[in-house]
Amino acid sequence: MVKDAETLALIPGGAAAAVLSEDFHHLGDGDVVRLEPAKAGIRTLFRKAVAYNHFLLTERCNNYCLMCSQPPRAVDDGWIVDEVLEVLRLMDRSATEIGFTGGEPTLLGARFIELVQAAGSHLPNTALHILSNGRSFATGTLARDLGAVRHPDLMLGIPVYADLAHVHDHVVQADGAFDETIRGILALKAQGVRVEIRVVLQEQTVPRLIPLARFLARNLLFVDHVALMGLELTGFARANLERIWIDPVDYQAELTEAVGILDRAGMKVSIYNSQHCILEPSLRRFSRRSISDWKQEYMPECEGCAAQGECGGFFSSAKFRYSRGISPILKAS
Amino acid sequence: MAKFRERAEFDASTRSDYTMLPWRFTPLDDESYVATNMAGEYVTMSAGEVSDFAGGALRPDQPVYDELKSRHFLIDDDTQVAIDLLGLKIRTKLAPLANFTGLHIFVTTLRCEHSCPYCQVSRANDDKREFDMSEETALRSLDLAFRSPSPAIKIEFQGGESTLNMPIIRFIVAEALRRKETARRNLAFVIATNLAVLDDEILQFARQHDILISTSLDGPADLHNRNRPRPGKNSYEKAVEGIARARTALGHYNVGALMTTTAASLPQVRSIIDEYIRMDFGGIFLRPLSPYGFAIKTKSYASYDQKKWLEFFFEGLDYIIDLNLGGFEFIEHYSAMVLKKMLTPLQTSYVDLMSPAGIGIGAVVYNYDGVVYASDESRMLAEMGDTTFALGNVHDDDFADIFMGDALLEPLEQSFSASVPGCSWCAFEPWCGAEPVFHHATQGDFVGKKPLSSFCTRNIALFRGLISRMEANPEVRRIFERWANIV
Repeated sequence: MVKDAETLALIPGGAAAAVLSEDFHHLGDGDVVRLEPAKAGIRTLFRKAVAYNHFLLTERCNNYCLMCSQPPRAVDDGWIVDEVLEVLRLMDRSATEIGFTGGEPTLLGARFIELVQAAGSHLPNTALHILSNGRSFATGTLARDLGAVRHPDLMLGIPVYADLAHVHDHVVQADGAFDETIRGILALKAQGVRVEIRVVLQEQTVPRLIPLARFLARNLLFVDHVALMGLELTGFARANLERIWIDPVDYQAELTEAVGILDRAGMKVSIYNSQHCILEPSLRRFSRRSISDWKQEYMPECEGCAAQGECGGFFSSAKFRYSRGISPILKAS
Repeated sequence: MAKFRERAEFDASTRSDYTMLPWRFTPLDDESYVATNMAGEYVTMSAGEVSDFAGGALRPDQPVYDELKSRHFLIDDDTQVAIDLLGLKIRTKLAPLANFTGLHIFVTTLRCEHSCPYCQVSRANDDKREFDMSEETALRSLDLAFRSPSPAIKIEFQGGESTLNMPIIRFIVAEALRRKETARRNLAFVIATNLAVLDDEILQFARQHDILISTSLDGPADLHNRNRPRPGKNSYEKAVEGIARARTALGHYNVGALMTTTAASLPQVRSIIDEYIRMDFGGIFLRPLSPYGFAIKTKSYASYDQKKWLEFFFEGLDYIIDLNLGGFEFIEHYSAMVLKKMLTPLQTSYVDLMSPAGIGIGAVVYNYDGVVYASDESRMLAEMGDTTFALGNVHDDDFADIFMGDALLEPLEQSFSASVPGCSWCAFEPWCGAEPVFHHATQGDFVGKKPLSSFCTRNIALFRGLISRMEANPEVRRIFERWANIV
């Protein structure tokens, strides 16, 4: 694939090649795309220059979270697996990290294991991060199979929204989900699979955030990372905005205490999707620039802010609602 | 888009009875109670709440309901996973038992040039080498130490003054390192010394083999010299100078110090703590006298009662808390070990706070003459003529005789706090230790009558003191959470 006619002229006659319009100039060597001549389309599947490429494995899910950014659809999308298996073979082996997401990837069962196997086999130096609700691991069989893959650098990101079952079950809109998720985490850790707990900070989860931190430090001290995450206002999150919204400036006390409990317990803890100016200064060292570059932007209030280099910025979807506390951090003169 | 269901629809608490998981309670102060579960998590409650909960009448809209549910005191139709988690937490607390004995204390000599009246061990003032450990005894003791399944073996040299027999220390270190090659264990060494006879050669040796130094520091010069008489009356000067030299040789944090509380210490806890700060230690272990050895003979032990000790301890603790509140980090080590049991899923390896007791399986002592004792206190007791906790002799008995004999198993079994009268129903049992040696020494049996036990009185007061302090002030709780995870 070449970008301009000059280069095209160098290609021997009859060789397969395509010329892309200006719109595709972001593509570079080592990227993987799929040409779809029937639709006269092209889809970008992997970009070498991006630190973290993720693959949606299925749109199906057994949770129905109030703030889901990728609302599930009950569709037969098994073809995706085949495509991802192809991409994994073509990818550049120097990739630092890739992600599997959904929907709920574990609903693919044996094919899910096949994908993890393929990722470890083709990309032994690439970290694999998988977003899952953990429920499929509760019975232990799938956890055993995943552990048996012995992927060299695997982490599962699993949400736990409260220390109380019914609060978690409400957020994910599924009865019994909490028990299955916790059992799933225990099964994964028993198999030596690394687990990250993800907590989305919203109206339903903030009131139990401190007890949740105590619960994690006491019961799940052995998990590998805890990420406390700001909302991404797409999908259901946008539809349910009034129901789930809490201004981050209004939960700084809870966040500070929760981060403190986890940190003092020696757990690795990070704050994702948050802006520096609204975080308590003592929390800034926990904040990570977690928003993918193509989704990340800043707001008009950020004009002149000296902290943009460290600040996570905003999801582009934040235009619907963001904190009243946003204001530029000015350089101390 | 499917309809989203409200929270109440997921909450079965209101529609089902709850089931209590095992729990115990005891008064905390005049107003509140403290309840604990089997894993040592606690909730403070009012008398009314205790009564409601115990009677099956607690309502889900009472705030304590969620706390009890979150900490696995109860389950209802919302969740059953609490039982898995509680079981996991109890297994975690008991898991270190499988490692068996990790700390192996070698008494290299009874000789000592100090003559402390509060000495809890025994000493020989003369120069007779008959109180020194022989190579033969050392080899046989090492045989036993390396039979322990523990992946980490710590060898601690004690005395008398351990360094008065340096040849045997050098011999044991070399031999242990040789065995490590095939035994594949983590090996650590500690020399317990009063530092008075510490020379550069010893320090160089310690540095070469990453050996830690543990010493005694009772407080400011007056107090220390009064507590610890030696020829020249300069125990303090020797200690302070020794600490500085040892730190230079081994690194600042590879030198530790312990204090012992005598009657003379009681009025000056602050200046004792200040001395530790001045010497740049990160914390202090406020340690009472134990009823053994010279401490009994010279009546040092009888010189203050439990009440005076507790006043001393809490005055010191509050002073340390104030320092921390002011931003200066400093730890009280005994509290930190208790807090680890209260606030984390982990366990401390401090022998006094273990149940099953730490004797023999948490630490073991190889005496200079080859007799194996179940603990430091056990050999002190033996020097007073009571050999109840002498487990055998390295020259005559094998591993099974010593570690699976009745002399060890009976006191372990009899004193297991989860099942003995006075402990089994105590709310503080998950945090406490069994201490059969103490109870045997003071009351003549392994269990003891708990209301008469000063071990009980002291620890119960301490547990209450720690809880009420952190319940009263969230900032103190944060300090305590930090301590719990440091030790």
